Amino acid sequence: MANELLKELALGFPIFFISATGILLIILDAITGKNKKINYIFAITILAITIVSAGWILLNQFYNEASNLASFPISMGMLAYNGYAYIFDVIFAVAALLTIIAAREYNQRAEFEYKEFYSLVVLATSGMMMIAHSADLLLMFIGIEFMSITFYVLAGYFRKRLTSVEAALKYFLLGAFASGFLLYGIALVYGATGTMTFQSISQKIIAQDYNNLYLILGITLVFIGLSFKIAAFPFHQWAPDVYDGAPTVISGFLSTAGKAAAIFAFILIGKNIMFVAIKTLDSSHITTLQNILAVLSAATMLIGNITAIAQNNVKRMLAYSSVAHAGYMLMGIVANTPDGWAGASFYAAVYMFMQIGSFAIVANLEGKDGEYLEFSHYSGLYKTRPLISAMMVVFLLSLAGIPPFAGFFGKYYIFKSAIDAGYLWLTIVGIISSLISVYFYLRLLIYIYFREATEFVLHTSEPRAAGFTLLISAALTVLLGIFPSYLIELLLYLR
Amino acid sequence: MTELFLTLFIPLIGSFALLFINKEQVKLIKYVAFGFSVIAFIVSLTLLLQFNSDNPNLQLTYEKVWIPSLDIGFRVGIDGMSLLLVLLTTFISPIAIFSSFDAIKKREKSYYSLLLLLQFAMTGVFISLDLFLFYIFWELILIPMYFIIGIWGGKDRIYATVKFFLFTMFGSLPMLVGVIWLGQFVGTHLAHVPNGFTTNYELIRQYSHFIPLDYQKWLFWAFALSFLIKVPVFPLHTWLPDAHTEAPTAGSVILAGVLLKMGTYGLIRFNLELFPQASFMYASLISWLAVFGIVYGALVAMVQSDVKRLVAYSSVSHLGFVVLGIFSMTVEGIQGAIIQMVNHGLSTGMLFLCVGVLYERRHTREIEEFGGIARIMPAFTVFFAIAMLASVGLPGLNGFVGEFLNLLGAFKSPFLGSIWYSVISATGVIFAAVYLLWMFRRVMFGTITNPANHGLKDINKREWATFLPIVLFIIWIGIYPSTFLQLSENSTKKLVNKLEKIKFGKERYELPVIPEISKPNNSNIENNQ
Repeated sequence: MANELLKELALGFPIFFISATGILLIILDAITGKNKKINYIFAITILAITIVSAGWILLNQFYNEASNLASFPISMGMLAYNGYAYIFDVIFAVAALLTIIAAREYNQRAEFEYKEFYSLVVLATSGMMMIAHSADLLLMFIGIEFMSITFYVLAGYFRKRLTSVEAALKYFLLGAFASGFLLYGIALVYGATGTMTFQSISQKIIAQDYNNLYLILGITLVFIGLSFKIAAFPFHQWAPDVYDGAPTVISGFLSTAGKAAAIFAFILIGKNIMFVAIKTLDSSHITTLQNILAVLSAATMLIGNITAIAQNNVKRMLAYSSVAHAGYMLMGIVANTPDGWAGASFYAAVYMFMQIGSFAIVANLEGKDGEYLEFSHYSGLYKTRPLISAMMVVFLLSLAGIPPFAGFFGKYYIFKSAIDAGYLWLTIVGIISSLISVYFYLRLLIYIYFREATEFVLHTSEPRAAGFTLLISAALTVLLGIFPSYLIELLLYLR
Repeated sequence: MTELFLTLFIPLIGSFALLFINKEQVKLIKYVAFGFSVIAFIVSLTLLLQFNSDNPNLQLTYEKVWIPSLDIGFRVGIDGMSLLLVLLTTFISPIAIFSSFDAIKKREKSYYSLLLLLQFAMTGVFISLDLFLFYIFWELILIPMYFIIGIWGGKDRIYATVKFFLFTMFGSLPMLVGVIWLGQFVGTHLAHVPNGFTTNYELIRQYSHFIPLDYQKWLFWAFALSFLIKVPVFPLHTWLPDAHTEAPTAGSVILAGVLLKMGTYGLIRFNLELFPQASFMYASLISWLAVFGIVYGALVAMVQSDVKRLVAYSSVSHLGFVVLGIFSMTVEGIQGAIIQMVNHGLSTGMLFLCVGVLYERRHTREIEEFGGIARIMPAFTVFFAIAMLASVGLPGLNGFVGEFLNLLGAFKSPFLGSIWYSVISATGVIFAAVYLLWMFRRVMFGTITNPANHGLKDINKREWATFLPIVLFIIWIGIYPSTFLQLSENSTKKLVNKLEKIKFGKERYELPVIPEISKPNNSNIENNQ
């Protein structure tokens, strides 16, 4: 027993560690007084240790130990320790780390640096990791709620700025509504199968020991709740306003890690319920559900990209296009195959680098009160900031899905899985929307490279620590594009 | 094989090397860029020594699996056609770089770096034997070209470059779906590769004629659309005059010299090879479009007032011959198409250089502004005349050989089965003489009416050096084309044999039997056969 306790403690080290130290960090806030740097360093250390430990478990394949354990004395079977979860641990923690590093000088420039910021980001990450490790619907729900509530606070972090407060309130009201759907759906799934853990749900479905109507209704409601969280059509209206109003670095975090976490929840449902149920006799409802999701995915891509065309504000453009990227990820869920999940996960991971990178650039160029965000303010940027401009090229071309950058391979893999699953039409819609997106991403490049600076003078200094975020994001956007096999093979192997 | 690698990667290395030079050292930047492209050219010449022109198969192949679960690999290799086009690329690129020494006066470092990146991508397009790799290189072209037109272009450069980018993307995205669909279908249903997906070109080609016609039809257009836009074939040509006119001289030279050939190369390499039955079906449709493009391009070229735009429209007309030759699906037609690709690269490239010479001196390209230039620039007149006459198709110069073979192929073609394609296209040759000679007369002859033209300097040593090598090849191909034709002859015959066997059940040409080297990782496929 004691042996198993220790073993589980070791296996769950990343998530236990980040949760415990995250709470410690709040206490630290109260002690350290005016010195904010301690919290900053402490948060970075926590995340770094989390990344290293999760990566360590992943690379040495210690997660295989989990299957040898007879019981889980700590989590009582609520936590799952599979390789997939650890990959996402790393993804979430890296996103948080990049965000925090970019955030400090941004907050200082806005003269609004508070210590809670760092503890909130760390806690949000622990919520996401809870989703990644959940073996149980209830824990998944708690993880999503934990993540969402910290996000509500982070969105309203600039509490003196009206747009930020508005974003937080909007996000909170609609988010609470969506959580209701999610919870109601979970209750129905429980009613249909009589259990909460994913494993026994799959077993019940294979044994045909469930109520079909309630199960389908339950999954549908869960999907509605999750669609809200990834901002898929028709539950996407909140997203642009929230991403626009939130502090820029936080927008990057919300729109990437938040999406990745919700996509992971989608994958959990897909893997444990939909994929199992489609092999049973009564699978027509699942196919219907897939088709509905496909329509939603198509609409999400098109609407996100079409509305982004009209934007003249860089932050809003990235916010709207972020909606479209959720649609691409959803395609992997529609495919409902291991390939599709691997594709969606890959896309979520690479999207994180390119989106956080581009938001970090926007944050770097933003004025003290959130001004200088228009396209025209970026005219002739290449002259004053050649390096940042070059990085923006990498991020934007990758977002537009142009090879050899990572975004292209992500799309390629998702399209491939959708075609395999028989969704050729969805792929064609995806392609059309990619073409639309090329237009507005290139439009920003036109301002940066082809126009000369007019009256605008740069008000900000070169990035300092944020340069690290940019460098890592740009390097990984390029490297994952040229050598995608490392990550994709890992995702496929662990599926 | 090492030579193939070096030919591909030297420009890329050069492109990165330039980034580490201080941007103030303009002269060093120029010569380093030029040096890298010249080395790449010299290395590419050694390919000729290794290449066995008797062998109709793909040669110097190399394979390294890149993404195992999708059977995507770094697969390269050449046959006669790609060898000629690789040589064209490595030949035109240093000339383009050399010609920009005086013309480009801002942001030189980025400019030469992008030109070398472009050369890398173009070489990659012609040697890749993996559909995924091909697509990567195909799209990679867009990035440097987008910036070259957008930053160093003329007045309406932004409009032109965005149009160029969107047109190409519009074409290539269906190709992406086609690549995935084809890889999945062949991998799962025909070749039975382990993961049910492959983008191995040679493997797909083995099974290509088993693909049901219903699917071939869609796949044919998914690929053809992007190639026809790139060529460009009427009515998809509208991006070309804008891009050509607005691009800087070197950009136009590369655009006309190499980029357009990627489209015609793709038509042979992918459409004819991979979708033979669909090609039979649509051969006449595309040939009519080509014929229409020949006449239309010529007529529109006739009324242009801008020299560069005139040359741009002449490209539409000239490449119509190439497309016609390809879809005649005869040895004459395809051989003519291949040699015509090289010819057009040389003669139109040189015409753009000539326009560049005029533009650098007068900063205008309007025909009205000139007149009587021959009196003050005699050496230039000779070169301009050679380029112009080569483009017209004067016997003894290169243009004649290609167009003659194309027309002959279309005439004899058992697939097209009508002489009208050739008859109507032949008028294009006459029109070409009309618009080019007329333009030449208005620009070069007569008395100098515009005072601004007095005192123009004749071409300098650097310009001499850019023109001479091109002229050498223009005359060489014109007098003794066999040197070049025989390189691709056997691979063309093999293709035509395959097509005729599918259509008529018999092979016409005898080829030396040289077995293709079987690949170790395809062993499971042979078992399935």
